[in-house]
Amino acid sequence: MSAQPCRLARGGRIDRSRALSFEFDGRSYAGFAGDTLASALLANGVHLIGRSFKYHRPRGIYTAGLEEPNALVSLRRGGRHEPNVAATTVELFDGLEARSQNSWPALDFDLMRVIDRVSRVFASGFYYKTFMGPTRGAWMFYEKFIRRATGFGTPPLERDPDRYEKGHAFCDVLVVGGGASGLAAALAAGRSGARVVLVEDGADLGGSLLSRPTGGDTDAWLRTVVGELRRLPNVRLMTRTTVFGAYDNLVFGLLERVGDHLPVPAPEQPRQRYWVLRARQVVLATGMLERPIVFGNNDLPGVMLASAGRSYVNRFAVIPGRKIVVFTNNDTAYAAALDLAASGIEVAVVDLRSAVSAELQHDARHAGIALHPGCAVARANGGMHVRSVEVCTFDSAQATIGDAKLRLPCDLLLVSGGWTPTLQLLGQRGAKPVYDEKRAMFVAAEIPRGYRVTGSATGEPGLRLRVASGLKQGSTAAQACGFAVSPDAESVGATFHDERIMTDITPVAAIPDPPDAGYRKKFVDFQHDVGFDDIALALREGYESIEHLKRYTTLGMALDQGKTSSVNALAIAARMLGRPINELGTTTFRPPYRPIAIGALAGPETGLHFKPIRRSPMHELHARNGAVFTTAGFWLRPWYYPKPGESPRDAYIREADAVRKAVGMVDVSSLGKIDVQGPDAAEFLNRVYTNGFDTLVIGKARYGVMLRPDGIVADDGTTSRLSENHYFMTTTTVGAGKVMTFLEYLLQTAWPELRVQLTSVTSQWAAIAVAGPRGRDLVAALVRDVDFENAAFPFMGVRHGHVGAIPVRLLRVSFSGEMAYELYTPAGFGEALWQALSDAGQPFGLVVYGVEALGALRIEKGHVAGAEIEGRTTLADMGLARMASKKKEYIGSALSRREGLIDGNRQQLVGLEAASSAVALRAGAILCEPGRHQGHGIGFVSSVTYSPALGRHIAMGFVAGGMSREGTVIDAVFPLRGEVTAVRVRSPHFVDPEGVRLNA
Amino acid sequence: MLRITCPFCGERDQVEFAYGGDAASVFPDLADADLDRWTDAVFMRDNPRGDHREFWQHQHGCRQWLYVVRDTVTHEIKSTLPAREPRRAAATHEGRKG
Ligand SMILES: [Zn+2]
Repeated sequence: MSAQPCRLARGGRIDRSRALSFEFDGRSYAGFAGDTLASALLANGVHLIGRSFKYHRPRGIYTAGLEEPNALVSLRRGGRHEPNVAATTVELFDGLEARSQNSWPALDFDLMRVIDRVSRVFASGFYYKTFMGPTRGAWMFYEKFIRRATGFGTPPLERDPDRYEKGHAFCDVLVVGGGASGLAAALAAGRSGARVVLVEDGADLGGSLLSRPTGGDTDAWLRTVVGELRRLPNVRLMTRTTVFGAYDNLVFGLLERVGDHLPVPAPEQPRQRYWVLRARQVVLATGMLERPIVFGNNDLPGVMLASAGRSYVNRFAVIPGRKIVVFTNNDTAYAAALDLAASGIEVAVVDLRSAVSAELQHDARHAGIALHPGCAVARANGGMHVRSVEVCTFDSAQATIGDAKLRLPCDLLLVSGGWTPTLQLLGQRGAKPVYDEKRAMFVAAEIPRGYRVTGSATGEPGLRLRVASGLKQGSTAAQACGFAVSPDAESVGATFHDERIMTDITPVAAIPDPPDAGYRKKFVDFQHDVGFDDIALALREGYESIEHLKRYTTLGMALDQGKTSSVNALAIAARMLGRPINELGTTTFRPPYRPIAIGALAGPETGLHFKPIRRSPMHELHARNGAVFTTAGFWLRPWYYPKPGESPRDAYIREADAVRKAVGMVDVSSLGKIDVQGPDAAEFLNRVYTNGFDTLVIGKARYGVMLRPDGIVADDGTTSRLSENHYFMTTTTVGAGKVMTFLEYLLQTAWPELRVQLTSVTSQWAAIAVAGPRGRDLVAALVRDVDFENAAFPFMGVRHGHVGAIPVRLLRVSFSGEMAYELYTPAGFGEALWQALSDAGQPFGLVVYGVEALGALRIEKGHVAGAEIEGRTTLADMGLARMASKKKEYIGSALSRREGLIDGNRQQLVGLEAASSAVALRAGAILCEPGRHQGHGIGFVSSVTYSPALGRHIAMGFVAGGMSREGTVIDAVFPLRGEVTAVRVRSPHFVDPEGVRLNA
Repeated sequence: MLRITCPFCGERDQVEFAYGGDAASVFPDLADADLDRWTDAVFMRDNPRGDHREFWQHQHGCRQWLYVVRDTVTHEIKSTLPAREPRRAAATHEGRKG
């Protein structure tokens, strides 16, 4: 650990009693609590932070805030590794590890710097010109090189170990910004009793006051105001929090960085918290940001904004240079020059303006500052750090450069090109700012309802007026929420002397190249390496609209979203085009205002919490019986029950085989279940099912199919009539929610006259299907109070009985083609019923089977399921034309007769069997005429299984011409794996087409 | 991010609701199998600037379908009614005419 050579002995707002140690690129340094990573690096004399995006030019620290374009670093390690963080926003903590980005093999010796020498390659439009059109193939060649050469930090490869939370918050008055005017607004609103939330991006309240010299009267004012705010119970001060988005109806997105300033989050605390905040009124006290001036080599380490220089010396007690040149086109940079000179540092000011006010000249002279009015810095000199600047005479009226005047040696160049109020949140609401030529800044024009702007964000230069405006806006916001404001609400009880109000500016954004100085790159957007020449090139090529200019050059599209570059780019383009800035307009602002981690937006909804998990009432039993689970919609269902040494394939084949030979049972509790009751229930079902339900008698069930209104099949299932006005509907597992919602929609919007009540009872019932030649024997042996004779309990019959004390509703329906019953019991009895069946089943050779065997059995019988009812298929496509009643109309009937849906050439359901027993089939394979594998083929394979009954793979699929191809052999093509399999077209009823087993 | 006042449950966050389509288009009577009328009802939609009549379901609440008037420019919710009511009112009106 080294001393801090560039730290002042006294002053600053750092806590010298808390020394911290941190690492940058493997070297150890010291800093203090209250430092940012940037200020601590500068205190240690470290200016070189990273390499630039395209050209790998050395870059340093340009700002002291979140607008930082250059000093991006990677933090932490492993799952907490975080790339692309602005060092100026990182609060220093003990043990912080930071690394530079984009350098290879080392930060101070970067081989990729060669790109800077051949930079023509990367001129704007490079990607479009090179990789679209005839030379597109070049991408293949260049990609590797380009991917390595350009870009930002690398993403973490390990799982993020931290938690992220979401919260909802509400307030009357939201104040965005914790500077002087924001604090004033919160105070005035808070005194009225309104619920106030004040959000400040940084860790400390005070905004630009913190960059003033310590010990002044503004410090006392700040203590008074913050003290009173903390005592108001209705005021919530949220520091380390960003309002990143402004949405409709005064809804705001906030990101609270709960643990970013700590090595790891505190126990039970998240790393970050994403808030959705609803306010009734909002006061924007978002301040303003300083702009650079564009000149040759203006990106060298050692060049930074004047306001940043002032912040480092006053707030962090860091001297960022020993010999300083301040280059400005306006008055405000003199504050930095004077504060630095007061620290005993040699300061020279190069001012574009020939007429500098007498007061500033006096102050400068008094402070020992050498003043060069009517001059410009034409370029900075130096390899890895600024060593000197070329100063030329400058005609500010014409914005033309004159002769070289002198070379000023320096190790820090502070730049001020004017100020830009922070109005992104207004912009996000569609309220575009307008350019005020006199003040050379974009200011708010149209203010959306519920919004107020105060402080520097209005462009107001005087602190006293900004505070008065904050108090006023806070009061009126509270009044707008219905709170009474007392007459003395706007007096603070602490006063301060205003600084000299400095407003004069000559708005020159870019310095022309001096006649004899040679060419140097001049950067507008540092982070995306977009230069003055790139803008010129884009305009020459006709990209004059500001939105086109932005996309062509990528200016303003980096992580910093052009915070320091957009206005300069506009000014440069406007000057080149000879048009006023307001005619060019601004680009659209969109959330987020600053980069937000995706993890914060996802919150806790990741991994197992990404979606709900639904479990059957018998889930624990299945788990104990060794079931392997699969998902179906939200449900976890037993997939297969492997015996020791069995593969998944062995298991499901054994299970399916046993069902055909003896008896099996499967958990079908996940089927959607809807209780339908009411005098008009029969009429209702008749309208929603394609087949007739008015003829269904009590004690019988019927298979039904529903269409969507557009005529495509939506879902299927059985519905039983339990009594005159009481039906029990089942749906597919995945379709349950969709069907319920649609039925409710029909009843409440289209047919409110029908007297029908729907209740979703999916979770209320456990359901078990028992199937196989010995199925009846097993069920009859167990269930009392039911006559199982064929005549007494026929196919599609519905009965009620008991297994011991367990009530059971039985449906004689079959999905497998075997003699089968579905047993329904209230969910709480599910485990007991399953256990009873399991215990009684041993003598009958009972197996339990999962959804894989269930699928195998239904494919052998040609029953359609989700893979066939897939949103494009009609009844006729699936061979179910007989299900379409001709005696009535029903939902979807009119549009099911559309030309395109009754076209005879549609692909229709067929069965497919592998021509050879040795090959497997794949769902999703494309069906083609033999040997003709181009294009989209003639159909596709929807469902596949190995059929124990047939001893080979079989499938269902859709093919043009359908069953007219019966007996022919076609190709199933799976290009992803380069497979071609010959399949024979046949009836999808592979097993027992006559249905003998069903009625045995 | 909307707040919708369910007539049954009160003001709730948008996340409790599901959008249910244009309420200006209604299904023709089932007995009317006219292809054009069904095509209009199922596929054709206006895209108004300003008031838009639409259905929402309070899915994670009372599950009632609601008839909502929303301004497509400001996203302001102008009114919320049970979905049955406009249709019932229209039916009564038709009945009187008949
Ligand atoms: Zn509700």
